[in-house]
Amino acid sequence: MQILKLIAQRIALGILLLFAVSVLIFAGTEILPGDVAASILGQSATPQALENLRRELGLNEPAIVRYFTWLGGLLTGDLGTALSNRMDIATSIWPRLKNTLFLAFWAAVVSVPLALILGMLAVRYRNGWIDKAISGFALASTSLPEFFIGYVLIFFFAVKLNWFPSFSTVHEAMSFGDRMKAIALPATALTLVVLAHMMRMTRAAILNVMQSAYIETAELKGLSQFDIIRRHAFPNAIAPIVNVVMLNLAFLVVGVVVIEVIFVYPGMGQYLVDHVTKRDVPVVQAVGLIFAAVYITLNMIADIAAIVSNPRLRHPR
Amino acid sequence: MSSELDFLSRHVAMGRLSRRDFLGRAAALGVSATVANSLLANAVRAQGPQKGGDLRMGLTGGESTNSLDPAKWLTQVPQNFGSTWGELLVLQSPEDGSPQPVLAESWEASDDAKEWRFKIRKGVTFHNGKELTPEDVAQTIRRHSDEKTESAALGVLRGLGDIAVDGDNVVFKLEHGNADLPLLLTDYHLVIQPNGGYDKPDEGIGTGPYKVEVNEPGVRHVSTKYDGYWRDDVGHVASVEVIVMNDATARMAALQSGQVHIINRVEPRTVALLSRAPGVHIESTPSKGHYVFIMHCNTAPFDNHDLRMALKLAIDREQMVNQILMGHATIGNDFPINESYALFPTDIEQRVYDPEKAKFHYQKSGHSGPILLRTSDVAFPGAVDAAQLFQQQAAKAGIELQVQREPGDGYWTEVWNKQPFSASYWGGRPTQDSMYSTAYISGADWNDTRFFDEGFDKIILEARAELDQKRRAELYREAALKVRDDGGLILPMFNDFIDARREEVQGWVRDPNHETSNLRAATRVWLQQG
Repeated sequence: MQILKLIAQRIALGILLLFAVSVLIFAGTEILPGDVAASILGQSATPQALENLRRELGLNEPAIVRYFTWLGGLLTGDLGTALSNRMDIATSIWPRLKNTLFLAFWAAVVSVPLALILGMLAVRYRNGWIDKAISGFALASTSLPEFFIGYVLIFFFAVKLNWFPSFSTVHEAMSFGDRMKAIALPATALTLVVLAHMMRMTRAAILNVMQSAYIETAELKGLSQFDIIRRHAFPNAIAPIVNVVMLNLAFLVVGVVVIEVIFVYPGMGQYLVDHVTKRDVPVVQAVGLIFAAVYITLNMIADIAAIVSNPRLRHPR
Repeated sequence: MSSELDFLSRHVAMGRLSRRDFLGRAAALGVSATVANSLLANAVRAQGPQKGGDLRMGLTGGESTNSLDPAKWLTQVPQNFGSTWGELLVLQSPEDGSPQPVLAESWEASDDAKEWRFKIRKGVTFHNGKELTPEDVAQTIRRHSDEKTESAALGVLRGLGDIAVDGDNVVFKLEHGNADLPLLLTDYHLVIQPNGGYDKPDEGIGTGPYKVEVNEPGVRHVSTKYDGYWRDDVGHVASVEVIVMNDATARMAALQSGQVHIINRVEPRTVALLSRAPGVHIESTPSKGHYVFIMHCNTAPFDNHDLRMALKLAIDREQMVNQILMGHATIGNDFPINESYALFPTDIEQRVYDPEKAKFHYQKSGHSGPILLRTSDVAFPGAVDAAQLFQQQAAKAGIELQVQREPGDGYWTEVWNKQPFSASYWGGRPTQDSMYSTAYISGADWNDTRFFDEGFDKIILEARAELDQKRRAELYREAALKVRDDGGLILPMFNDFIDARREEVQGWVRDPNHETSNLRAATRVWLQQG
């Protein structure tokens, strides 16, 4: 029962946090400098056209009124209408969100198991050359800025070898195979970016457990090194690893603006940037909230996984 | 030998021999690859445009906020895509800047240039099957010139007065005479729409050679050939795909790997690198656009004529062209007109860098202390570097410039046209009149140099209604001198449009009016097969 209560607490806390974030986002977008109408019409807007647009967008109402109108719409699933192009936000975000999740999913499918396996291998051959090679490679790929990795991949695999397209524009009419080919390079770049963090944490957490007495027992039982790591050390090191994995998964969803730009991938990041420069407040708020929700949800999952994986909490005395 | 080459090159043009085979045989005959390629190009041109093929363009200047409503177009992707499905009444000639008929078949003006009659072409249909009528044309112009409009063309069309339909004609009755009306109608926003777009401004129905197939703002746009199109000298490829690529490196990679045929805005720094890539051709076209530093003539210390003159003399235009734009520009002379405009005054002396004279004027102005120059990445490509270069050049004349870098976000609302000394840019306008009336007459919408000179206003007004070209040219010469010598404009350079294409893209028209061949590359080029 205690465990259910703990989980319920986490979820309630997450929802509360989401509301707090919505206030922050709204306040943040209010204090951005500049004027929506001027940003939409650009340098060559006439004062007359500006005034017409400003009146039409209802920008003269007080902020607090606009916040509660927005929150009300949000709770009923209505994200509102974009100021800049009068399109329904929910319908324009959905394909973008799908694209972002598609890329994040495949990057995660490759990077998470890879990171765990490399982490375990590093522990198995700790301080040997394999460990050093794995750590060195992972750290190097993380230290390089992601746009550099992206450009290097494009240069070799798209321009020189012509194996993959240099840009990843995907659309509805594309077959699954074409889609996979299109996202091959950005997914690789993302994998390289997030790999080291997860791998290093896996290695550190398992090494920590390896000092325990029961590992010695397992060794004395005659289990092979890798079996000890896989069956005895890893399950007990899972809480910190899940935390780091979730952080990186969240990054794959919300932190990929740069990758999206250089690979011309139509995801959420590019969509957000376009609307920030246009002072399109409703869209910025909606996207900000979705990103916040992704972060909070994934962290909640990590917390819950840590609770569930902890025997002391699963079997309270 | 040459007859054999001619024979072979004609075979290539007709598609019977591949380009590679041709080059191989030419080499066997002892002809260098350069000569062989140019022979081939001539043969291809003589053969005329090839039809068909799917053209892909990778362009910067597209956002998920773009709309198909022509009134809202500001950036290159909607502009380029718009020219595939929509058409204007008049286009400006790439050679001499004169108005050329498109949907308007012909036009005539009254002697005072106050009443204009445009005869609208017959037998043209919209993509929804409806026939184009003079009423559609009148409604379109009304929508863009209405005081309530959000159209960016409003500035150009203000004072248009009464618009009426008379048989096959649309008749404009202007408040003041304007000899340039046909050229004003070349503004790219003025795409003729059914009922002027009053019903559904963003439905994307026009009379152009291609009809809208896919519209995913900020991602890609596709249009395919419209069977009922009325002319056959444009619109050669079967379909056009415009892919949004806001990252310069992504555009270059896509062009180099052959996944797109045309890209825009090659960065001056990387032109030399890209031009060495196989299969790629750079199209650098002198333009009317210019990069400027603007001083407010009515704000201290810039209200002093000598100080303004000192700063104009303290900038090394040649060095700016070579170091900021790597030579892909032409030198400016502190007035916003160059030879791409009709009636350009050719005999005005070029102002040159003269630290001694600048020092003289600076001392005469009595000013001391640093002068604050605001700049930003968004002011123009290389604007921060240009401001620093200006700082060094001015220092040699004993003038201390303090360069302040402003955030790109909000630069156009908070700094430009607000602060007394800043970096900026201007795109070209169809006529000298529209350039001067947009930014230099006292009542201009964006008088960003705060230039108030009644004499100058009078010259512009007189020239506007003057149908005698010789007199007009004289008036524009006077106007140019006034801006150059009294105004607050420092104009170091006119930038080139730097686009790039694959070699199989043929029929590129060099056009100074806008980038990518006046935004019409997609309808003008064809794809050479084989």
